[in-house]
Amino acid sequence: MNQPTRDLRKKRPIRKAPFVVIPVFLLLWLIGVATGEPARVLEQAVQVCLSCIGLG
Amino acid sequence: METVRKWVQVIIGFLTNSSWSFPFTKTIYQGPLKVICSPGLNCYSCPAATTSCPLGSIQQLLGGLRFSLENGQHYFGLSVFGTIGVLGGLFGRMICGWACPFGFIQELLHKIPSRKFGIPRMLSYGKYFFLLVFVIVLPLVLVDEFGTGNPWFCKFVCPAGTLEAGLPMIFLQPNLRNTLGLLFLNKFVLMILILGWAVFASRPFCRTICPLGAFYALFSKVRLIKLHLDEAKCTNCKACHHVCPMGVKFNESPDDPECITCLACMNKACKFDAISLEIGGIPLAVPDRGLTPASKP
Repeated sequence: MNQPTRDLRKKRPIRKAPFVVIPVFLLLWLIGVATGEPARVLEQAVQVCLSCIGLG
Repeated sequence: METVRKWVQVIIGFLTNSSWSFPFTKTIYQGPLKVICSPGLNCYSCPAATTSCPLGSIQQLLGGLRFSLENGQHYFGLSVFGTIGVLGGLFGRMICGWACPFGFIQELLHKIPSRKFGIPRMLSYGKYFFLLVFVIVLPLVLVDEFGTGNPWFCKFVCPAGTLEAGLPMIFLQPNLRNTLGLLFLNKFVLMILILGWAVFASRPFCRTICPLGAFYALFSKVRLIKLHLDEAKCTNCKACHHVCPMGVKFNESPDDPECITCLACMNKACKFDAISLEIGGIPLAVPDRGLTPASKP
């Protein structure tokens, strides 16, 4: 009785969408890194952001 | 599996907040790890935070976009969008269920014995409003005389910032108490309301306000790892409805943007192995209890 379920599993196609989406965002990340954004992020993140925490 | 998830939440919470020298330094961690975005909502002004908050970084970069363009720099937030986009493409809102410290705090609060309430589905659209307006549009559009925008979500809404950074910093740096005003009062009251709500309803912030959850929700149909419903095995018994902490009716909406892949429906509710975890369409092995459509009650 379990055989049909196994067949269904075998026939289910591999979803291609994640393999398109992930490289696109990886490319965005690379462009951001190439423009020097991480240094700016670090510059901001090492300071206490008073307005972020509602103090300024 | 629930125990494994709890441990993953604890370990990731600890890894993103592992700088414990703040009682002596009286300030936040300022090392190079802060260049890395945390996967979940975790304020980078938290004294123990070792990573940066993706939402805070995006707002700061967009708020300073005009200034950076005038200086020949092109800081559109692509590295941050890229990071959380890759995470979204891999895991989607599984991040919310497994790797968000503020989600974990809400889960703990929800364990406090009390009468529990649901959350109207309509309110779940609020988080997309906060993502679009407070995180993207307002920091870009409303700028001061120097062309710099504010981190609107962090400044006026984010309860994680108040809890993880605002309150600890007030204790660590007494001179900051002089800056307390209406802004802090607004955020403090919001934080109390949201944390109080979490006692009576499951993950209210994640479901109605969190812009990071809204961003990850955009990947619900295309993410690599997600739950799969085997319609041939499903009896529509609705057992999955009762265990979902996000109010998802999994048998009716298997790609629901609210699903945080906590696996409660798969492990605690479904007796027919109709729900399985899949990676890119390939199902992971699930225990087959020998129940088939013919033998369903």
